Amino acid sequence: MNNTVEIDNVSKRYGRIEAVRSVSFSLPAGETVALVGHNGAGKTTLIKLMLGLIHPSEGMVKILGEHPAAGEFAARRRLGYLPENVSFNAALTGRELLAFYARLKGEAPAQAMALLDRVGLAAAAGRRVGTYSKGMRQRLGLAQALIGAPALLLLDEPTTGLDPALRQSFYEIVQELRDRGATVVLSSHALTELEERTDRVVIMNRGLMVANGSLDALRRIARLPTRIRLHLTGGRPAQMPGWLESAGTWHPVNGHVIELDALPEQKMDLLRQAIHADHALEDIEVVPPTLDELYAHFLRSQGDAR
Amino acid sequence: MKSLCIIAIKEIQEGLRNRWVLATTLLLLALSLTLSFLGSAPTGNVGVRALDVVIVSLSSLSIFLLPLIALLISYDAIVGEVDRGTMLLLLSYPVARWQVLLGKFCGHLAILAFATILGYGATAAALALTGTPIGADSWMAFAQLIGSSILLGAVFVAIGYLVSAHVQDRGTAGGIAIGIWLLLVLLYDMAILGFLVVDQGRTLSADMLNVLLLLNPTDTYRMFNLAGSAGVSSLSGMAGIAEVQTLQPPVLLGMLAVWILLPLAAATTIFSRREL
Repeated sequence: MNNTVEIDNVSKRYGRIEAVRSVSFSLPAGETVALVGHNGAGKTTLIKLMLGLIHPSEGMVKILGEHPAAGEFAARRRLGYLPENVSFNAALTGRELLAFYARLKGEAPAQAMALLDRVGLAAAAGRRVGTYSKGMRQRLGLAQALIGAPALLLLDEPTTGLDPALRQSFYEIVQELRDRGATVVLSSHALTELEERTDRVVIMNRGLMVANGSLDALRRIARLPTRIRLHLTGGRPAQMPGWLESAGTWHPVNGHVIELDALPEQKMDLLRQAIHADHALEDIEVVPPTLDELYAHFLRSQGDAR
Repeated sequence: MKSLCIIAIKEIQEGLRNRWVLATTLLLLALSLTLSFLGSAPTGNVGVRALDVVIVSLSSLSIFLLPLIALLISYDAIVGEVDRGTMLLLLSYPVARWQVLLGKFCGHLAILAFATILGYGATAAALALTGTPIGADSWMAFAQLIGSSILLGAVFVAIGYLVSAHVQDRGTAGGIAIGIWLLLVLLYDMAILGFLVVDQGRTLSADMLNVLLLLNPTDTYRMFNLAGSAGVSSLSGMAGIAEVQTLQPPVLLGMLAVWILLPLAAATTIFSRREL
């Protein structure tokens, strides 16, 4: 029992709208989790439930061993949250705001100032937040989420408005927190960006959780084909070798590249044959199904099930 | 308690930064100086103690101005922060909603108190410096004026929060706040006056009138200041009322306190139940 987050059969209704329906999952410490779904799929509702800002209509939410909606606040000291479209009071400076948030968490404001440096805002710390660009506000939002070395970070669309260099340093910070044992929940649309950085993917659709598992596990469940690209030297032969014909679906990409779609159990066999075949191979690319494709697949399969 | 102070301090900081403190103080200062110096000029020769005149002018000024200022500060406090999205982040911190509300209340009240004490106090100081003799009971009445003015401000800050916690939209909150101001400051008294004139004392007894006046915080404040001390009541034309008035100052102050606590408690309850 070392789970940071436990969500057990939780539903949340707003009037007639069911924002979240019977969702259950638990997140162990030290995991980076991608929360994926369309707008309105229930991601933000789930995050608000975890924060205790709203009460579940049914089920139980437990964060760091506490029930957040029941007015237990000790866990919030070890929780960092970055809302979608974060906003601050424009009249105060970055430094003043960060000091305010640090005090609320019971941390020394002086220590929090190092975070401004960390997110690249040290030079603008004395300026009013009203003069900040969207990217700078996002960075200030990240800095306040990191106050007090949180054990659970809930980041709603964290990289919107960040330029590529900052995205990189953002993911470095996330990596560092994970190494320290923090659970990081990232909700995002930028699926390709999340792909290499998450231990677990939770896919939401219309309030239902349609998938929950590591990327590899989801690939196994989805049974999506791996794409194999063969680069041939000297162009495509007029007569394709027999093993290729039996391999099923293949199609030419251009004059000297052909692409095969291989099911998981076929993959190794096909690769072996491709290497041992007599025509000259220049290169082989193996592309496993991306998070994008998995996401589309799970949404589709849920649609079929209805 | 600590979180409450942190929020109050931030509220004051914001007030200083966006010039609410400056604007309010200057407004009260300018108006009270104008009123007292222009107002006391014609009475100077008659030998009336000038500070008592000032108290009459200032309490009339306060009845119009302080509720307005208090509502303007407070109507946006909750609905505005929810609207801008800052409340979402604040409530994800280890702080209860009642702490947020009371913290804001302390902050806003501090701003109002500062403006009132400085604005009105400067007038009294100016009178003393220009050599006007001021008796001890006049000073007492003046201190009571400042204290009850702050209470009046607190009443309307609390009412503003109640509105702010209840509505979903900032524009609605502003509209309702202005409506409340008009009702309690202008229309209520006009209605009572009109009724008194028409009624000619047939159905409305003095007791009932007292109850009606107690039900409106601005009237409670007016009675406390204008009829409270002998020197002032003879000037304010309230001496007649003061003689028959059965309402003692503690009752009036208690009523103001009720007018602070009830809306504040209601605002806290509504805010705690509000879904973000």
